[in-house]
Amino acid sequence: MDPHAYRHRHLLGIEGLTPEDITYVLDRADTYVDVNRQAEKKKSLLRGRTLINCFFENSTRTRTSFEVAGKRLGADVINMAVAVSSMRKGETLIDTAMTLNAMHPDVLVVRHPESGAVQLLSEKVDCAVINAGDGSHEHPTQALLDALTIRRRKGTLGGLTVAICGDVLHSRVARSNIALLNAMGARVRVVAPRTLLPAAVEHLGVEVFHDMAAGLADVDIVMMLRLQSERMHGSFVPSTREYFHFFGLDYAKLKAAKPDALIMHPGPMNRGVEIGSEVADDIDRSLIRQQVEMGVAVRMACLEIMARNPGNGPPVT
Amino acid sequence: MSLRRLFRGARLLDPDSGRDGVGDVIVVDDRIAATGANISAEGLGPDVEVIDAAGLCLAPGLVDMRVQLREPGAEHIESIESGSQAAAAGGVTTMVALPNTEPPVDNVSVVEFLARRAREVRLTKVHTYAAATKGLKGKELTEIGLLAANGVLGFTDGVTAIADALVMRRVLAYARTFDQLIIQHPEEPSLGGAGEVTEGEIATRLGLPGITPAAEIIIIERDLRLVAITGARYHVAHVSTAAAVDAIRRAKIDGLPVTCDTAPPYFALNETAIGDYRTFAKLSPPLRAECDRQAVVAGLADGTIDAIASDHAPWDQDSKRLPFSSASCGIVGLETLLPLSLELYHNRHMTLIELLRRLTVAPARILGLGVGRLAAGAPADFVIFDPVARGRVQTENFRSKSKNAPFDGRPVQGRVERTVVDGRTIFERGA
Repeated sequence: MDPHAYRHRHLLGIEGLTPEDITYVLDRADTYVDVNRQAEKKKSLLRGRTLINCFFENSTRTRTSFEVAGKRLGADVINMAVAVSSMRKGETLIDTAMTLNAMHPDVLVVRHPESGAVQLLSEKVDCAVINAGDGSHEHPTQALLDALTIRRRKGTLGGLTVAICGDVLHSRVARSNIALLNAMGARVRVVAPRTLLPAAVEHLGVEVFHDMAAGLADVDIVMMLRLQSERMHGSFVPSTREYFHFFGLDYAKLKAAKPDALIMHPGPMNRGVEIGSEVADDIDRSLIRQQVEMGVAVRMACLEIMARNPGNGPPVT
Repeated sequence: MSLRRLFRGARLLDPDSGRDGVGDVIVVDDRIAATGANISAEGLGPDVEVIDAAGLCLAPGLVDMRVQLREPGAEHIESIESGSQAAAAGGVTTMVALPNTEPPVDNVSVVEFLARRAREVRLTKVHTYAAATKGLKGKELTEIGLLAANGVLGFTDGVTAIADALVMRRVLAYARTFDQLIIQHPEEPSLGGAGEVTEGEIATRLGLPGITPAAEIIIIERDLRLVAITGARYHVAHVSTAAAVDAIRRAKIDGLPVTCDTAPPYFALNETAIGDYRTFAKLSPPLRAECDRQAVVAGLADGTIDAIASDHAPWDQDSKRLPFSSASCGIVGLETLLPLSLELYHNRHMTLIELLRRLTVAPARILGLGVGRLAAGAPADFVIFDPVARGRVQTENFRSKSKNAPFDGRPVQGRVERTVVDGRTIFERGA
């Protein structure tokens, strides 16, 4: 292994990673894709190591993905679901961190509803911490699996034009993807009504569009974001009907993109709201199921890298 | 077979081009074909109807951008038909209705209903605003995109303010996505809700709850900040205070996309018109002190106030023949819009052509309509009027179903003679 690759103790976000870091993770993940397609999937790389999924916010998909990843590498995986409503903010988070730390885990995978909370927790533990999503801030493994999906299909990330469409305001997936795609030399656009875009979003290095026809013109990748139900009924957008009419992805709007443009979605999908079923299920152009497959491989790579970094327990052979 | 009409010898007044002089107008079917001096009827071919308009003014038809028609929901008070008859008598060729009907205009089906009714009535051109929030409740956005695609001219909560600042911010940001106009009734409800007249000595003597004039400027200044953040187009309805005029004047100098209108009561009357609890003088916003009235006049004269709109608010007797506190707010205005506005000209505050701008091309521009102009190719919508004919307002002769106006018996100068829409005469005095 390259001793100079990925020397960070944690994976808290894409912000702060170099293109070399990102490429290294993607290369490691590539090897795990083949492992996952074999009948005999188990490796013993992390045998004897402890991975705790510490989720302060509900998630079945991401947590399951990390659990599969950890078990395929031979680790002992424990799932902890912490009810946020019973906590007083801040203080109990640190209490929880110190309690876990006393049990000597090797890797903590943490998801929390507040931006910055995972970083706070990482400062209180001796092991490695992977951010599985903090508030509206970052979701680095999602961006990495999206990047792997694109790279395997298109051969590269640099020079591609990617349109991220939908509720950017509340999306940690969008922020991590914007950071990663920019770091790897892609051109990024956001397409959304003004009520779903954060202030000064153009400073993140994106071109801003409020119209799908203009925003999707000649793009290589269309990345649709989920519109949460709380947002749907008049606070940020007036109705799902209007949202789908102007901003939902269907073949009519997809025509503006390149003829071989590909469709992505982090899931879970709201069919008929941000994406139409025909488009989502298009065998040739939709990468949505590949994204899930790449997710396990990327998380295996992240666990391997975290577990072998200095300060995170004995070296992995 | 084309219908040709020649309107001859009128003083043509077209604020858009600046034309002010005697001339003729040729109408072919629904369009103005040409305007000019001394056009000979012979050169136009056979079957030309010649209408002599010598000694009269001919201007673009009035564009009234704030009218309440009570259809659907309260057709006994006013319907699209009766409102259109009133508009025609008032020289109004295009009017825009507020969405506070029952049900309110907050979805596409009501818009389609109104468009069909307007087509059936076929007098003044009737457009509509849609609600900015669902049910006019001030909480959730309406389908601004779909409503705009169906021909709505702007979004407003009608006679109530969009009061919550976050909701207003989102309304402006979302409307900007579709380049739509937001119209605000500027009255902070927590300050104005229980009031009925302007706060001051008259309110105190009469024992009526007062609304501080600050209720108007507070909303306007707040909204102007949100306009600066969002860049959305914003229109203030029925400006009535000096503070509001000043704030809008400054905002325009700063380049903000803000426009505004006022209604004749706010330059023709002040709070003394309330007299002995006259409910016909109960309006929202309320009639103001004399200094505010003068500021409104000055704002019209210097162009800070872009448009004059009637704010036609019909009410039947049951709604007005009540103690002041129980009476409904508002007065009918379609049939007094022109004569009351002409007072600004007769009293030498404005030239005639500048006054007509406020009633024609200025509101048309704000709304993005191609009317309000006397130009070749434009729709043949115009009003022929006598600018000096003397008379008195007689509310019993109003074509509106409602007669609630405090102007009965008021001496006025100016009278509509004929109103033409798409080349058809929809009103002719004495006919």
